[in-house]
Amino acid sequence: MNVELGHFALILALALSIVQSVLPVYGARTGNARLMSVAGPNAITTFALIALSFIALASAFLLSDFSVRIVWENSHSLTPTLYKFTSVWGNHEGSMLLWVLILSFFGALVALFGRNLPPALKANALGVQGWISTAFLLFILLTSNPFARLDPAPFEGRDLNPVLQDIGLAIHPPLLYLGYVGFSICFSFAVAALIDGRIDAAWARWVRPWALTAWIFLTGGIAMGSYWSYYELGWGGWWFWDPVENASFMPWLVGTALLHSAVVMEKRSALKIWTILLAILTFSLSLLGTFLVRSGVLTSVHAFATDPTRGIFILAILTLFIGGSFALFAWRAPTLAVGGLFQPISREGALVLNNLFLTTAAATVLVGTLYPLLLEALTGAKISVGPPFFDMTFAPIMVPLLAAVPFGPLLAWKRGDLAGAAQRLMTAFALALAVTAIMLMWTDASAVLAALGIGLASWLILGALTDLALKAGFGRVGWAVMVQRVTGLPRSMFGTALAHLGLGVTVLGISVVGGFQTENILDMRPGQVVQAGGGYSLRFEGMSGLQGPNYTARVATFDLLDRTGAKLDTISSAKRLYATRQMVTTEAGIRTLWPSQMYVSVGDETGDGAVVARIWWKPFVTLIWTGGLVMMAGGALSLMDRRLRVGAPSRSRRSPKAATVAEPAE
Amino acid sequence: MRAVLRWTAVALLGLWLSLAGLAGPALAVNPDEMLANPQLEARARDISKELRCLVCQNESIDDSNADLAKDLRILVRKRLVAGDTDRQVIDFIVSRYGEFVLLKPRLEMRTLLLWAFPFAVLAIGAGFLAFSRRRTAETQRPLTLEEERRLAEILEKRP
Repeated sequence: MNVELGHFALILALALSIVQSVLPVYGARTGNARLMSVAGPNAITTFALIALSFIALASAFLLSDFSVRIVWENSHSLTPTLYKFTSVWGNHEGSMLLWVLILSFFGALVALFGRNLPPALKANALGVQGWISTAFLLFILLTSNPFARLDPAPFEGRDLNPVLQDIGLAIHPPLLYLGYVGFSICFSFAVAALIDGRIDAAWARWVRPWALTAWIFLTGGIAMGSYWSYYELGWGGWWFWDPVENASFMPWLVGTALLHSAVVMEKRSALKIWTILLAILTFSLSLLGTFLVRSGVLTSVHAFATDPTRGIFILAILTLFIGGSFALFAWRAPTLAVGGLFQPISREGALVLNNLFLTTAAATVLVGTLYPLLLEALTGAKISVGPPFFDMTFAPIMVPLLAAVPFGPLLAWKRGDLAGAAQRLMTAFALALAVTAIMLMWTDASAVLAALGIGLASWLILGALTDLALKAGFGRVGWAVMVQRVTGLPRSMFGTALAHLGLGVTVLGISVVGGFQTENILDMRPGQVVQAGGGYSLRFEGMSGLQGPNYTARVATFDLLDRTGAKLDTISSAKRLYATRQMVTTEAGIRTLWPSQMYVSVGDETGDGAVVARIWWKPFVTLIWTGGLVMMAGGALSLMDRRLRVGAPSRSRRSPKAATVAEPAE
Repeated sequence: MRAVLRWTAVALLGLWLSLAGLAGPALAVNPDEMLANPQLEARARDISKELRCLVCQNESIDDSNADLAKDLRILVRKRLVAGDTDRQVIDFIVSRYGEFVLLKPRLEMRTLLLWAFPFAVLAIGAGFLAFSRRRTAETQRPLTLEEERRLAEILEKRP
């Protein structure tokens, strides 16, 4: 009964989405305020209906109602409750439902917080949201109905894919979708502006918080996904250039560009057309990502859908939205007024450079991901494009960009002083150079790249700190004034510095672990001790059996010993057999010795209690994800900036002092 | 009874592991495959990272646990021991398994676009920026330095 209610609610949501697609847009064209005002309540109701539908599906999973096909396919009565819940989106149908749930959630947010939006812009933007949700609800109802029943109902389910039975599934897809789909708001605003033919700094002020919100979630989603595959897949890599990873990385790169160009548009009303294009591009890449993952066109670890009708349906959605929005762009963009002018050496110029490199980087990832598919489709020739290709092309494009990052915030708007900025960055540069030199002297020839990477990372970190120190007037004013200045700085400035610092932290982690990780692959007998790296050693204690809720496991236990041979901790790594699916997974044993990690992964038992062990010492590895968290914190700080809180006018009225904080001279 | 079940399960696990190494993302390089000469072994590892496991999804033979990947790893090591250069080893594998095995495709006519694309995008983007700058500079003249200076003076005088 609940299941049918959920299905019905979903159909009702489709009906409302169709209404939302038509009436508000028509109202905006004809200037009919009553039609335009349909959009808000309609968007909120759509969200409520899809949420109801989602709850119905979740309850079917929690109650193990195996008469629902996807519950039978992806759950089991013995599956732990958390995984019963997360299996809701651990499959194609449910994950699409989560996708539209988040889409409608954002639509409802615009409806709720967009009270002071220009009515036509709001109506058009929500109308475009309606188009997207209509398309995807149709897709779900016609090709991927999550509520399909089985008759007769089976007694037992087939269990969730063991690789997905992890807390990572609870966090990673929702975060990623909040990011992916969050950019739909920017897309809707961009298309609405094109329909309206009007765009101004206020538009950018509207779009920036949404872009920032989506970006924060996408950053978190990617970082989380990276850590998840790192510990779950059991071979210690943190990024594989897997097509599905690329699918989430491309919107991130272009979304980062969008974030920066929206700043230029807001502050200087320049780069309008370009910002619109980036907004369209970011969501187009999100759609492309959805297509790549959901259509099964790429077979990779993530793809759990392989039905061609679905692929063609999503391809149609993709063509319609990307083609349509680009056509609209080509038609309407020339009518938009060009904004303020600036010299090449200026804050704007630096942000243009950022955009150029980030979009090029995204284009690189795009061509690497799609080229094998296109070549095979066109000529039948099969080639592979893997990590070595991306390492060779992506890195050379990112390095100049990273090297330029510290300059950006130090340049003035309109016309900057590069020599002056360089002078102020002198200390940071000298220190970074010293770090590089020390690293080069200390290491052998094989770690030259790592040494340079560490130098680059220190440059980024020190550059971000220099930016803050300069804005606080370090060295020029007394401590008291400095404290006052620091507390008076807009939060978005801390946000910028923090995000750039986070980037440096990530680069540091990547460089150190890339250059200095050590690996041991060996047969270990009980009692045997091995030097594992970082001054630590591991002693193999032995194997034991373990009965989990829905698996059996063989667990290898190791003692972690420090330099003196004293025992610090135990690390256990296991092989699990999930009986229902007859699948074996490796559970890596990881002990964090901040910021580094000891990573142990066991293989086959080779007799006499011996086991094949693969042991990595991963120095500074946690910094890779810590940097992501720091970037997110930077984004969050920026989002909390009062100047960005256009949606909460009452709050700024309550604190008039805050609203008048002057921008310090740069 | 439970213990019997458990040990049956464990035995099944062992049997299953020995039968199918395909699904379990477990160990890739095994100790018994590794060469005694550390330099040769390091070369073998580097080569393995550039070769695709043909039956897997986007994994190199160095990462993969599949039987075919194991065979290829052993083959790479055999050729290295026989005295092949890295290039010869890779050529040998390609002659047997085709270009598909290379994770980094070679630069040829059909991959020219792939390799050139990133740098072409960068060059075209930079060119376009320069071009559009010149065009806007022609149509809209900004303030001259003198005008800017006077403007700044006036603004500074303001109380």
